[in-house]
Amino acid sequence: MLLSPAELEVLGLSLKVAFWGVLCSLPVALALAYLLARANFPGKILLDGVVHLPLVLPPVVIGYLLLVLLGRNGPLGAWLAEQLGIVFAFRWTGAALAASVMGLPLAVRAMRQSIEAVDRKLEAAASTLGAPPLAVFASVTLPLILPGVLNGMLLSFARSLGEFGATITFVSNIPGETQTLPLAIYSLTQVPGGDAQALRLCVLSVAISLSALVVSEVLLRRARRRAHGT
Amino acid sequence: MRLEVSVARRLGAFALEAAFASGGGVTALFGRSGSGKTSVLNAIAGLLRPERGRIALDGEPLFDAAAGVDVAAHRRRIGYVFQEGRLLPHLTVRQNLLYGRRFARGPGAVTLDKVTELLGLAALLERRPHDLSGGEKQRIAIGRALLADPLLLLMDEPLAALDAPRKSEILYYIERLRDEVGVPIVYVSHSLDEVVRLADTVVVMSEGRVLDSGPVDETMARMELRPYLGRFEGGAVIEARVAEQDLEMGLARLDFPGGALYAPDVDALVGERVRVRIRARDVSLATVRPEAISMLNVLPGTLTALGESAGASVDVQIDVAGTILLARITRKSVEALGLAPGRPVFALVKAVAIDRHSVGWA
Repeated sequence: MLLSPAELEVLGLSLKVAFWGVLCSLPVALALAYLLARANFPGKILLDGVVHLPLVLPPVVIGYLLLVLLGRNGPLGAWLAEQLGIVFAFRWTGAALAASVMGLPLAVRAMRQSIEAVDRKLEAAASTLGAPPLAVFASVTLPLILPGVLNGMLLSFARSLGEFGATITFVSNIPGETQTLPLAIYSLTQVPGGDAQALRLCVLSVAISLSALVVSEVLLRRARRRAHGT
Repeated sequence: MRLEVSVARRLGAFALEAAFASGGGVTALFGRSGSGKTSVLNAIAGLLRPERGRIALDGEPLFDAAAGVDVAAHRRRIGYVFQEGRLLPHLTVRQNLLYGRRFARGPGAVTLDKVTELLGLAALLERRPHDLSGGEKQRIAIGRALLADPLLLLMDEPLAALDAPRKSEILYYIERLRDEVGVPIVYVSHSLDEVVRLADTVVVMSEGRVLDSGPVDETMARMELRPYLGRFEGGAVIEARVAEQDLEMGLARLDFPGGALYAPDVDALVGERVRVRIRARDVSLATVRPEAISMLNVLPGTLTALGESAGASVDVQIDVAGTILLARITRKSVEALGLAPGRPVFALVKAVAIDRHSVGWA
């Protein structure tokens, strides 16, 4: 076996965190992208700014804000734990949340651009054929923006795999629970004699990032071909 | 089918304020680009909300500003064939055609087989819009609108983006549609040829307003006397029946209430009804019956009106036993011949001036 059990655990956890982070942020990102692309409302610039904050703020700040808000004693965290039994603090779910927040601006940007590129005349044509608004979205808008949605999800996934600052601040660095690849590498560099192992994880990190990029490029091309009917 | 339209809407510097009614068949909205025709179609389809007015189909209001009625576009059951086709690029031709079926209430008046046959689409069904020609796209757009089972079909210059051979091909399909499916059509065009060939009723628009409307032949004859239309290829429309086809000479005799008209290369069978457009500049006038001339068509009539003069020429209206013809002649001739309303005249039309583009099935 190429990887040790400990390494496999780190890899599995990283993929799990990134996967769920992307999946749960998808509806939010799509809704925000749609809102920003199509709607006009007071405070739109402000919302746009808030969505982009994770891109420009130090990740530590995001992690700390999440901790204050969603930690065991945070106003939202305490409520969620009591009412719904959902706990983020020091759990892998918290790592997924941190990852999805950090990936959100990238996902929203990519999806927003693709929604803005949709020819709205096609949607009007669909409505004259009897399609209600939701059906128009599902059968015209969504297939046409699919390349953008995929692209947004990929960027968010890649960002999640690399997430460090917000994760370590929000959910700490607990092996087997919140210790994703970057955190494990960081830990190894902090102990004497961990260099060789850290390097192995770095190579692993490069490998999965690269394969994610390649797979997504293939998917993207296929989706683009379908959307343009060529 | 009865369509009532009365809409008002400001669009930037342009004010749309149009009202007309139609009793079925093909209604043409005719006018130059920018006269508001497409805006009227969009209002009927529910894609443009008027500020004031009322749109009703068979008495059922689709839009009524006063009563606060505004039926959503997808509930109006109004098919729309757009100028640029607007096929969904991610679907095959078959999927495009059937797109509206999943939302239609009933089984529909036409089937996919019928539409495929009617519009000649059988070979295209599995292809995607990307690599189709403009004419093919337009035929699919028409079929797609039909299959959604519309109560009314809107067509916005469906031929505008096509070259001449494609145009006549699609015109042929639209004629079949009109005659075989019987769905009422509102057809937007700035081409007099198309209007004459297809329409029963015409609504003439200019700068957002309706100048005139009514049956094609009457309205056209009325409109031609105004300088507004002088900038178009002015002419009159007569309905006739093919009485004889002289294949040796290549001439057809077309009977109409005012007499007989000889025209070359008429692509119709004896007994079929055709509509002929005779351009005003192809008609000459004489006050006595000329003899020994090459013109085959010498039609006796009465001069009924002199139009406003635009420069050297004047459009003159002649009543040939109930059929209205128009002649564009010089003011100099009007004076020289002493032409005035009530004067008996002979209208002379060169047969070869009636080309095949001027003749269509009625």
